[in-house]
Amino acid sequence: MSSHASAVHHSEAPKGWLRHYIFSLDHKIIGTQYILLGLSAVTIGVILSVIMRIHLAWPSVHIWGFANGVVSPEDYLRVITMHGTLMVFFVLTTVPQSGFGNYFLPIQIGAPDMAFPTLNMLSFWITFVAMIVLVSSAFVPGGSAISGWTSYAPLSAVGVIAGPGQGLGQTLWIVSIALFCGASLMSAINFLGTTIDLRTTGLSLMRMPLTVWGWFITASLALLAFGVLLAACILLLLDRLAMTSFFIPSGEMVSGVLLNHAGGSPLLWQHLFWFFGHPEVYIAILPGMGIISHVLSTFSRKPVFGYRAMVYSLSAIGFLSFMVWGHHMFISGMSPYSGLAFSILTLVIGVPSAIKTFNWLGTLWGARIQFTAAMLFAIGFVSVFVTGGLSGIFLAQPALDLYLHDTYYVIGHFHLIMGVAAIFAMFAATYYWFPKMFGRMMNETLGKIHFWMTFVGVYCIFMPMHYLGYAGDPRRYASIESVHYLFALQPVYKFISIAAFITATAQLFFYFNFFWSIKHGKPAEANPWRATTLEWSVPTPVPHDNFAGHYPTVYRGPYEYSVPGAADDFIPQDLAPERVAKA
Amino acid sequence: MGSRKSCAGSAAPAVLMAIVILLLVGSTLYFHIAKTWWFPPAITPVGHQIDQQFFVTFIVTGIVFVLAQLALAWMVFKYRDHGQKARFVRGNHMLEVIWTTATLVIFVGLGVMAAHAWGEVHFGGPAPGALQVEVTGVQFVWNFRYPGPDGKFGRIIPKDIDASTGNPLGLDPNDPASKDDIVSGDLYLPVNRPIELMLRSQDVIHSFFVRELRIKQDTVPGLVIPVHFSVTKIGDYEITCNQLCGLGHYHMHAMLHVLSDADFQQWEQKQEAQNAQ
Repeated sequence: MSSHASAVHHSEAPKGWLRHYIFSLDHKIIGTQYILLGLSAVTIGVILSVIMRIHLAWPSVHIWGFANGVVSPEDYLRVITMHGTLMVFFVLTTVPQSGFGNYFLPIQIGAPDMAFPTLNMLSFWITFVAMIVLVSSAFVPGGSAISGWTSYAPLSAVGVIAGPGQGLGQTLWIVSIALFCGASLMSAINFLGTTIDLRTTGLSLMRMPLTVWGWFITASLALLAFGVLLAACILLLLDRLAMTSFFIPSGEMVSGVLLNHAGGSPLLWQHLFWFFGHPEVYIAILPGMGIISHVLSTFSRKPVFGYRAMVYSLSAIGFLSFMVWGHHMFISGMSPYSGLAFSILTLVIGVPSAIKTFNWLGTLWGARIQFTAAMLFAIGFVSVFVTGGLSGIFLAQPALDLYLHDTYYVIGHFHLIMGVAAIFAMFAATYYWFPKMFGRMMNETLGKIHFWMTFVGVYCIFMPMHYLGYAGDPRRYASIESVHYLFALQPVYKFISIAAFITATAQLFFYFNFFWSIKHGKPAEANPWRATTLEWSVPTPVPHDNFAGHYPTVYRGPYEYSVPGAADDFIPQDLAPERVAKA
Repeated sequence: MGSRKSCAGSAAPAVLMAIVILLLVGSTLYFHIAKTWWFPPAITPVGHQIDQQFFVTFIVTGIVFVLAQLALAWMVFKYRDHGQKARFVRGNHMLEVIWTTATLVIFVGLGVMAAHAWGEVHFGGPAPGALQVEVTGVQFVWNFRYPGPDGKFGRIIPKDIDASTGNPLGLDPNDPASKDDIVSGDLYLPVNRPIELMLRSQDVIHSFFVRELRIKQDTVPGLVIPVHFSVTKIGDYEITCNQLCGLGHYHMHAMLHVLSDADFQQWEQKQEAQNAQ
């Protein structure tokens, strides 16, 4: 396995700035490129959410960049659509998997690079083009799409007669996502091939770090799910441009125009979209779960509690994720009997997630906890995951979903369990792996300030949304001026908005810390956290082919911390047994 | 013993974590018990069943929430680095079996309990003699149609839809059944009578939602979706659209007026008289 890998891959970096930095085939550069792309996307996404929160809390305040300073209803919908699309696709789907996964998967398995470096480079650049296409939709006549990141038909299928932005803006949205699907499929093949084929000697499946398991199962989900979204996008484009009727029934009268379509089903879009969409949210969180297990273990100085259970639960979540999509459609008009089946399966998929939570707590039990910034975010992840996961138990029951569907309760739920939890995992990953990526330490004090402000802030933003949901506050409302029972919620809106501004500002500590430390951080040793996995056994900066030709042999599992009888409280995976110092 | 990081040994992060978690748990419990922002009282029998199921779910998840968050806070405090050696434990098979089984039983149990209320809304047909009202969503208004004295809904022809000439639903002028159909911008229902709403949409997906009914149902072009209930309390309730339908989504609003039998008949007769003119 590793012997022919080194023969295939030239061990020197290519010369030339363009080949080295722009069209690099090196997984470390590509991973960094994905992370920077995600950073740009999240910056735009956060700015859009701040605009949303200003508008909702103080509707008459003028905001720079909008016609007459006023956020019109269609502008508001453009903002939420762009926010959701950028965040779900270009942040949550790219950074944990294609960002950190690309960078560290080959190193953690003792390989010189991903299995298909050229395909890897292509996946990044196609993702990059996809983002350009998406952002450009804001600048075309009619503006960007207003149908939400979920883009339900017929609103998304019938064109500009359904609303502003539904012309070229919506078409560009579909093209962007279709490109993204293609790139994701390529990336999934790469991750699977690499993990299956390029593991170094001694690295059996059950000795892989949980980060690698997370990336591996995520790639399996991506391979099976993105094809369906790609097909759905093509069908939607055909409905829009070629007068097909996949999603448009007969007798459609939109804005006084009787459409010539016949025979389509709007529910078909939802089935296709959510068949992708549910695995997608697990694609967003599974790498994060792997990272959190990894970080908790390192800074607890203990093995991950229940490693096997963690592998089985990751696999169970992956497998079940294809069977629960209907819980997004309980009141869609889908058969209520299907709804019951999806409900039971959705409750069942909560079980492996609960198992993981118990095992994370088990990892902390009896530990020796070091409160680094990475560890704080890992601990925060567990708290947020519990909160976000439990609100899912309400939504999984159709009888309760009857009330809570499409209210702010759902927004609170998915932001905590998907947005915040995954972002915490990305922050933990950044603070953890920064020394290996850049050879310098991030500032711990700034990291701690960042953590505490963010942790308190996200709860102040998203917990009140559950209460808005109880009060029946519908999603995606540009204003609450038309519904009498919503007037009383204005003070809650203001509270959430102020919390959002403070939390957004807190991220400046992170930006500054990240970019400043690249040049001015304290120089890092090769293994500053005294961790066990293979990325900590290579020098910093990491050589072009990761191991400078000397591929490691793995002798043990990935989390041998505080082993009785050992002199050190950690034993690296690649340390030969006879060289382990005894106490 | 390996060298210690400079942040090891301080209790401050653990204490802070405990404070934040206690504030989270305390405030969450408070707002749920005080019902500061809450559901309005239910006005249907199935609504009361749904509220009961919500209460059970809240108790179960509430207990898990409190225990899990406090456990996290406690462990983080108790096992902070103060020079101890970490316990080398790979796991515990019996614990895995216990917590997996318990979670499965509790979660699926809640789902099975909830199935009854869901079935009440959707599994059966309407009660005999139910009043049928057709609900049509269109960007950005609701139209409600009653069959009138003949008890039959007239045929709809999409190309005849023209709100500006008073035919927002596209009723076929040549169908005698449509002449006495009552079309209203608000929904009027008699109290304590079985109702069957037939939900439709002309253009994009909308969603019919009345909080007090505890009923929400998407209206889908190409489908007619029935919803059954009876209302137990006279009053005026707001109808909102709950599925993003375009730029006017936020003001697609109507009123549900639940009237006594006598008042409802009076309203019906007034509509029929207006139709006849």
